[in-house]
Amino acid sequence: MLTLEALTVRQDDFQLTATLRIGVGVTAVMGPSGAGKSTFLNAIAGFVANVGVIKLDGDRIDALPPAKRPVSMIFQDNNLFPHLTICENVGLGLRLNRKLNDVERQVVSAVLGRVGMAGYEDRKPAALSGGQQSRAALARTLLAGQPIVLLDEPFAALGPGLKHEMLDLTSAVLTEDRGCTVLMVTHDPNDAKRIADQVVWVGDGIVAPPVATADFFGNPPEGLRDYLGKMG
Amino acid sequence: MAHSPVAINPRWPGGIVAGLVLALMLGTLCAVAVRAEFQTGLAVADWAAIRFTVAQAFVSAALSCLLAIPVARALARRQFRGRSAIITLLGAPFLLPVIVAVLGLIMVFGRNGVLNNALGYFGLQEVSIYGFHGVVLAHVFFNMPLVTRLILQGWLSVPSERFRLAASLGAPIGRLIEWPMLRGVLPPAFLVVFLICLTSFAVALTLGGGPKATTVELAIYQALRFDFDLGRAALLALIQFGICAIAALFAWGITGPELTGAGLDRAVQRWDGGVKRDALIIGLAAMFLLLPLGMIVLRGLAGMFSLPPEVWQAAVRSVIVALCSAMLCTLLALALALRAGRLVAITGVLPLAASSLVVGTGLFLLVYPFVSPAKLALPITVLVNAVLALPFVLRSIGPAVAKIEADFGRLGASLGMTQWTWLRLIVLPRLRAPIGFGAGLAAALSMGDLGVIALFAGDAQETLPLAMYRLMGAYKTEAASGAALLLLTLSFALFWICDRGGPADADT
Repeated sequence: MLTLEALTVRQDDFQLTATLRIGVGVTAVMGPSGAGKSTFLNAIAGFVANVGVIKLDGDRIDALPPAKRPVSMIFQDNNLFPHLTICENVGLGLRLNRKLNDVERQVVSAVLGRVGMAGYEDRKPAALSGGQQSRAALARTLLAGQPIVLLDEPFAALGPGLKHEMLDLTSAVLTEDRGCTVLMVTHDPNDAKRIADQVVWVGDGIVAPPVATADFFGNPPEGLRDYLGKMG
Repeated sequence: MAHSPVAINPRWPGGIVAGLVLALMLGTLCAVAVRAEFQTGLAVADWAAIRFTVAQAFVSAALSCLLAIPVARALARRQFRGRSAIITLLGAPFLLPVIVAVLGLIMVFGRNGVLNNALGYFGLQEVSIYGFHGVVLAHVFFNMPLVTRLILQGWLSVPSERFRLAASLGAPIGRLIEWPMLRGVLPPAFLVVFLICLTSFAVALTLGGGPKATTVELAIYQALRFDFDLGRAALLALIQFGICAIAALFAWGITGPELTGAGLDRAVQRWDGGVKRDALIIGLAAMFLLLPLGMIVLRGLAGMFSLPPEVWQAAVRSVIVALCSAMLCTLLALALALRAGRLVAITGVLPLAASSLVVGTGLFLLVYPFVSPAKLALPITVLVNAVLALPFVLRSIGPAVAKIEADFGRLGASLGMTQWTWLRLIVLPRLRAPIGFGAGLAAALSMGDLGVIALFAGDAQETLPLAMYRLMGAYKTEAASGAALLLLTLSFALFWICDRGGPADADT
């Protein structure tokens, strides 16, 4: 259980506050552009200065540096280091070294197999398609084995078919296999409907407590109606 | 991410380096200020040196800018075979050891040079390369190409739609597009060249001299080496610092010029101007650069294989100094680049305005009471060369480091990388190309340096440029040409090896 108590981020004249509890499963994070969805994730990961309390299963993690937090993050892009092979990139989730031993290589290969990337160990990221790069990043997140996974629109650049595939895979490997707490920023209601158990709405400087996905879209908050309307 | 508490790049080494560089600059300045003898005041000769220093720098900078405009314009609007070779050639003088270029210029414009032989053939009066116009000629040789590249960058940054629009309207391109661009590009270019010419000791040493053509730096050298008048040398160093400081205040905010030449490989399609005139301009500019270099190669080949052993020893010394200096400079620049911020910006620009003779005089005064300066000649040369090359190397490494942190800093932190792991796994491998380029630059600059070494070295510490200078002074032209070719070859080879060694199998 991820618990946020009066978590507050201040940047110039922007402010965002969150008091909520998020359980295991996929939680979609939605809201208008500039409302602070990414900032919300960055605060949990420790990338932006914040005050307030962040607890995981009762233990406070808000004083930890990003490296020590039990959090993995997948970004919109730049998830793989271009000068490292896929095996080396994914291996970073296991151990922070370029050289892996045979056992570690087997572990990496197994995880690559799980995300449908068997045989791509020695490729460089530039030789992969966008979807394949996402799969490799997902494989590394699996290896890192952190209980909290933050997805900052990682599949926004993919076509619809590929995106659905990746969403299903993410949901399958992170929540069904591992029981992670997944927070996923998205602009697309269909993403949320596809894999999210619940949705949190970010708007007017507040992160609202989660609402079950069906209820959220069945009885949408006012901001969502404007947002979807504007999206046309 | 202005508020990011993530600091995956280690900051403290940059702090130490900035402190060291500032201490070197300010510490030597203090040493000079304490020792300066004000009682005697400035002699007539000193005033003449100040006037000459400022006047030659002003005229050199103005001429470099004026001559660069037509060359850059011709290159901007013409696409032809060999265009990229000429743009590369424009970068060459920056790496060229000053003394080699000077010898090349003497071979073309000097007493028995190509030009005077031609003039004599037609019964015209011969020209002299020594004195004011010789110094200006050499400075134009070095800086006109630099300004040409800066202006070319300005020209190519004008969106091609604007030229098309002007052409379709029949509007005057000059007033509408070119003049506003030049107004932005030329003043900083002028100031950079002006600063460079204020502190180009080697040109004054070889082509200047005498009461009419002595720069302040040359006067410092003479006071220290010939008269051993430390008080006067210190006073002159203080004056030199003052001149540079005033010029630097004007040039504030200008960083080292971009030297990679990236993005200069396309021409703007235009609908004006005469092809013949452009061809003539480009041809003349290329000849101006190639002729002296060609003469060095031509004359040097004969002498290179009969060089006296001292010259080879000097060459070995020079290579070692250059490699040490390149390594040190790269480390300093890397530390500064990892820190970034205002302190680093200041540290990275300051050496541009620094005079190696002022720093050298300060160091001389500091070590002289304790140890013979000649003993420290090589380590001090390594240090000063590294610091003076810092702005250029930082310019190569700094933006690359900033981009790596912007692209991958959060990923590295979320993977739990320590600063050392981050450096080893991510930053250093991704920096191979800019580090290679920067190290090559620093090595070539140090290889050709004839500044602080001239203040300190005895015969046993002679570097190749210094050995070559002494050969020239002794009118051993053939040996000097051979040494020049050797120096030229070594400088470009060092740059080439470092630059090529960098990007091998680097993925972008």
